[in-house]
Amino acid sequence: MIIALLGVASVSHYLVVGAILFSCGVVCMAVKRNALGVLMGIELVLNGANLNFVAFGSNYLAADGKSPLGLDGEVMALFVILLAAAEAAVALAITLNFYNNHATVDVDRADDLHG
Amino acid sequence: MYSTAAYLFPILLGIAWLIPLASFVAILFFGPRMGAHGKGAATVATSAIGASLLLSLIALVLWSLHPVRSEHHDGGHAAVHESDAGQAVNIWPTSYRSPASSDVTGDASSHGGDHGENSAPLAYSGDWYTLYAGGSLRLSIGWYIDSITVLMFALVTFIATCIHVYAAGYMHDELHDVTDSEVQLTEGGSFCRPGRFHRFFQALSLFCFSMLGIVIAGNLAMVFIFWELVGICSWFLIGFYFERHSASTAANKAFIVNRVGDFGMLIGLMALWGGLGTLHFGDSVNPSTGERQSGLFELVRPAKGRYVQQVPDGLVAFSAADQIVKIAATQPTSSELHREVASALPEWREQGYGKWLLFVAGIGIFCGCVGKSAQVPLFVWLPDAMEGPTPVSALVHSATMVAAGVYLVGRFFPVLTPDVLLVIAYTGGLTLFIAATIAVTATDIKRVLAYSTVSQLGYMMLALGVGGWVAGLFHLITHAFFKSLLFLCSGSVIHACHTNDMRKMGGLLKVMPYTGWTMLVGCLAIIGAGIPFVVGLSGYYSKDAILAQALLFSKTNPQHSILYVAVAGGAFITAFYMFRLWFMTFAGSPRDEHVFKHAHESPRVMTAPLVALAVFAVVAGWSLPGGLGVESLLEQSRPAGTAETITTAGIFGNITVPAEHESHVGAIHVTATLTAFATALAGVLLAAAMYFKPLISPVAVAHAARPIYTFLVHRWYVDELYHAVFVLPTLWAARFVSAIDTQVIDRFINSLAWTAKRIASVDAWFDRVVVDGIVNFAGRSTWKAGLELKRMQTGSLRQYVMFIVVGTVAIFVLATLLFRTSLAG
Repeated sequence: MIIALLGVASVSHYLVVGAILFSCGVVCMAVKRNALGVLMGIELVLNGANLNFVAFGSNYLAADGKSPLGLDGEVMALFVILLAAAEAAVALAITLNFYNNHATVDVDRADDLHG
Repeated sequence: MYSTAAYLFPILLGIAWLIPLASFVAILFFGPRMGAHGKGAATVATSAIGASLLLSLIALVLWSLHPVRSEHHDGGHAAVHESDAGQAVNIWPTSYRSPASSDVTGDASSHGGDHGENSAPLAYSGDWYTLYAGGSLRLSIGWYIDSITVLMFALVTFIATCIHVYAAGYMHDELHDVTDSEVQLTEGGSFCRPGRFHRFFQALSLFCFSMLGIVIAGNLAMVFIFWELVGICSWFLIGFYFERHSASTAANKAFIVNRVGDFGMLIGLMALWGGLGTLHFGDSVNPSTGERQSGLFELVRPAKGRYVQQVPDGLVAFSAADQIVKIAATQPTSSELHREVASALPEWREQGYGKWLLFVAGIGIFCGCVGKSAQVPLFVWLPDAMEGPTPVSALVHSATMVAAGVYLVGRFFPVLTPDVLLVIAYTGGLTLFIAATIAVTATDIKRVLAYSTVSQLGYMMLALGVGGWVAGLFHLITHAFFKSLLFLCSGSVIHACHTNDMRKMGGLLKVMPYTGWTMLVGCLAIIGAGIPFVVGLSGYYSKDAILAQALLFSKTNPQHSILYVAVAGGAFITAFYMFRLWFMTFAGSPRDEHVFKHAHESPRVMTAPLVALAVFAVVAGWSLPGGLGVESLLEQSRPAGTAETITTAGIFGNITVPAEHESHVGAIHVTATLTAFATALAGVLLAAAMYFKPLISPVAVAHAARPIYTFLVHRWYVDELYHAVFVLPTLWAARFVSAIDTQVIDRFINSLAWTAKRIASVDAWFDRVVVDGIVNFAGRSTWKAGLELKRMQTGSLRQYVMFIVVGTVAIFVLATLLFRTSLAG
């Protein structure tokens, strides 16, 4: 029944999964006080978006067997992965420095520049 | 010989003229570095003037050997001296108006072959440098050399050399720092300043250069230039001790009083320049056009008219401008106009056109001479000029400054009309009398000499005015010798006594024999002592000549015989005050023991010039056998056309200017000589009776004639009069003008400033309140907005994420609501 409900996997299914991933990531960023947790939330957001790219770029999922994006979807996904890696490297370096200075990774404590 | 001389004399005298200038420039730039404290400046200046003297003497000797001279003198002038010695020979041919001499070929500026009575004297003229040239008008630096020029060069350089040598000794105080006790300092104490030895000699050199420039000048413009240079030099030298109030005042007085005279001279120059277009004495060649231009002498006394004085065409046409306009209205072409005017000129001259202009020109030039030669009414500067160092007084009073005026009258003589000459004679007569009477009561030794100078200058002017051209210039030369001698002697006395007051002197002959005896020679020379008809000191000859000419003049013009009285009376007073001076200073017993004890004879560098000058004071009037002498040299340059008696109807009635040679004749000469001798002797005897053997008490005389005595002691109240008439009104006018300045002009300007300040303060308020207010409001509100907005910056990362999420969603919702259609599409 469930399978019937779901039917054949289509782009929409993937988009739902991506949206769930994205929402999880945003909630994670918003509620986590640990900096590493926030970073993980960012990864989730990025990967949720990535799933959308891949889904749009897949010929198999397209109704007429011809995706609107073609290979561009995969290329964009690869680009986002690369970007995520770079971002993670920089963000971890910031976190490490923050820890060195404040002996904590609590983002609520990172309010030296507040107005 | 002639052409060589024409080149030789300008070169010789030109160099002699320029050497003092070189010395001036050298001392000006290197003076303080010449030896210790500028001691070498004296050497430089003295050797410069010595070199000039040498060149001048060479020129004088060459001139005396000139062949024209002997030729000239064989004719007539040699015999003048015979008549001097009382031979009473009338050597002058009475036929000088004969047709034989009417055929005159010479011209006014040169050169003689033809030296009859009615011919031009030997003179060389030319230009070195053209200052300005425009059309036929030309101003230049040039020369006019005749025997007076040569004589004056020798005289000026000789006396200046003596004074330079003397000053090297006299001014030795200036070699180190000088403490001037006569300067009053407001904070008390004595005034100390660095010595100014080199500066003194620098000014002396410039003075000599200027004076020689006047003497050699070939035109009136050049005379005027050097005239002013002499004026400024006198200002430097009289004000040498300029820290003293009296000295700076005296220097200013001399300069300003001379300016008054020079103003008249400028008017005279303008009259001549405007009417004649030339200021050259002799004929000259215009270098650009090659045209020959007639000089002043030729224009006024044309050779064609046998040197009879006439109003020049230029002046006639100048004053007959209205007549020319009338002709111009009828005549169409300019050539016809020229012809008409030329033909009408003699008629206009007959009608008297231009006569006044020539009179004004003569009086104008004489005004300058009145200032420089200290005549009434401008003589007041000269006694005050005693504030300068004594060598300056000697130089100013003998050979240079005051001589310039007499020299110029002599030089300009051919142009002066009989009316002008009469004015000159009366001015001279008045001057000689006033100054002589003032000298009688003066007690300052230098002031006596100063007034004596004024008086003697009056003699010279009077002599020139009554037609005694040679007599006046002869007296100028002899006077230069004995007056510089007298001044240097008085300097020596002052140097020894440290006072000018004769009442503190007396008996100085014992301690100062050189000074005393040379001064006696000077006194004898100035009163014209001599054995009548045999021999005498220099003054004897020149004063007799003046007396004789004055006597002749008063015989031919009985209405003007007061002039002779003035001359004779002046001779008496001169003898009195000169011997009063000598007796008070050198004879009798010391009046002030303190002064007497410190008195000493001056060093040899000061007495040597005294002796040299004393020798000349004795011999300057003598003439050597063969007619070599000052008087005959002067006679050579007698202006053409003045050797004969001329009667003219002038502004002041008929005036007869008698020929000078007639005064050397018989009765006139004997009377004059005896009068001179008698008056001088009477003066000396009176002085001796009052101051040597006290037969008459001077105090009693002064008491008996108290009003006259007071009047004379106050110098005829001339200074007081000028103070009241000129100085006070000037000061009042100055105060009035200054009041206008402070009360009107300053107030007006202050009110302008006040208004500007008001406007500015309103402007400043507007700027502060409105403009600044707007700018400050903008700044302040931005600042406040910033303060409000910074609260959003909480620093909480999680909050930021929430903002982003909420914001994104909000934008999304908004976009969905607003762009529904497009999204749907």
